[in-house]
Amino acid sequence: MSFDLSLLPDGGSAWLDGSGEQPGIVLSSRVRLARNVIGYAFPPRARDGERLRLLSQVNDAAKQVPMLSSGVLVRVDELGEVDRQLLHERHLVSKELAGLERPHVLRSGAALWLTDQVSVMINEEDHLRLQALRSGFAVESAFAAVDQLDRQLGNELPYSFHDEFGFLTACPTNVGTGMRASVLIHLPGLVLTKEIGKVLASLQQMGLTYRGLYGEGSEVVGNFFQVSNQTTLGRTEEELCELLTRVTKFVVEKEEEARRVLVRDAGYIIEDKLWRAFGTLRYARSLSFDEAMNYLSGVRLAAGLHLIPGLSVYTLNKLLIFSQAAHLAAREGRQLTESESDVARSKYIRGVLAAEVRGDG
Amino acid sequence: MLCDHCHERDAVVSVTNVESNAVVQLHLCEQCAMAKGVEFTPSMPAHPLAGVLQAAHDQASLMSDAPRCSFCGTTPQEFRDTGRLGCAQCYGAFAESLRELLRRVHGHARHVGRRHVPRNPEAASRAGSLAVLREKLRRAVEREEFELAAALRDEIQGLE
Repeated sequence: MSFDLSLLPDGGSAWLDGSGEQPGIVLSSRVRLARNVIGYAFPPRARDGERLRLLSQVNDAAKQVPMLSSGVLVRVDELGEVDRQLLHERHLVSKELAGLERPHVLRSGAALWLTDQVSVMINEEDHLRLQALRSGFAVESAFAAVDQLDRQLGNELPYSFHDEFGFLTACPTNVGTGMRASVLIHLPGLVLTKEIGKVLASLQQMGLTYRGLYGEGSEVVGNFFQVSNQTTLGRTEEELCELLTRVTKFVVEKEEEARRVLVRDAGYIIEDKLWRAFGTLRYARSLSFDEAMNYLSGVRLAAGLHLIPGLSVYTLNKLLIFSQAAHLAAREGRQLTESESDVARSKYIRGVLAAEVRGDG
Repeated sequence: MLCDHCHERDAVVSVTNVESNAVVQLHLCEQCAMAKGVEFTPSMPAHPLAGVLQAAHDQASLMSDAPRCSFCGTTPQEFRDTGRLGCAQCYGAFAESLRELLRRVHGHARHVGRRHVPRNPEAASRAGSLAVLREKLRRAVEREEFELAAALRDEIQGLE
């Protein structure tokens, strides 16, 4: 493998460590700011030379930015497909930046500046996507970090800013604050009690939206939802963060309530269902990704209900990320076919569970 | 919004019915929706770009032969098709249409959040103009529009 993730600060996976508030239900919190630099067309419209000149201007500026000084620059445009997939699976780059979203191609100048606290995607849909990703329910601290980075970088780079429209972005859905604050949240209780529809509908009425595990256009798998602000214009950054925080608290309370109802009204049925999920993961010899995600969702719920002892949130998070195709390929040291991948996935999950859990109920 | 049926609880679902050749939009609470046998399974929200595309499509001023962006050459039609603008200057070129579109997409058309304040606003503004002019010059040379290129070169020298 040409690219070694262990060279990255924290392997780029500090957000998996299970710290922060409510990490069992709220896996992670992320705030990103879209910024563009004066003098270049937006990346989808820009020519190759323009994107490369932008990249070198950002590089020069980054050297003056204290928050980026400890980081590394990853030239995403020079990586092979498996390595790009690996970064995407680890939630470090978007599908678009990784050039994995057909019909969009990998753009010249696509790059990632990564530190253990914040990161910057360069030449994504916008010139810059500043982001902070945190373990658990930590919207405020993620915003504080990215806001500080924005001020430091804004001192060095001339942003495209419009008095009336705010920070200008390639897509009008991001204009204004350019901010998208999101939480990745696990809601099996609400799904099982069939309350999820109501909760998602009320969430949309309050100005938020939701997607699957990998953001825009991705399906909901394993009962993981990514909840974020719907609009970016006409409200301050603080108001948007406060809204997300308030609604997430409400959703977490609803989820906890649903779990109490499940245990009270269907105790042994639920217990049986979750142990069966555990049993499958612990002993199966081949697991597709969707299948693994669904069983991992069950095991995560079981751990949340204290049914399965000895399973940490960190392990649960790691299982989600490291059981994806590119991570399995990296582990095996070669490209895998789909069926080889299913076999490798079951082997990996079996190994982790055997080491950490005594499955005797 | 209150439920159109019981007028007591909050509406959580909207139903479109065709009644004697007229389309009726009903907003119902969960109980009334269930009583009426409405399935209550919210689908995935539409991709945010869908809202922009719809709004852009409805925008009469984008259909006209409004001029293309002078910096990146994006046409109103291209914006209508992709929902993406080509560069920061597009916001100036299509400002009229964008105000209405932003109001539809965000419910607002004016930014109230953080502002970008360069360390030295005057120098930053001049550097910004120079960056734009230099890029315009590059493009003019590529297109072999030498008269325009010469004019841009003079303008750049003036600023320098």
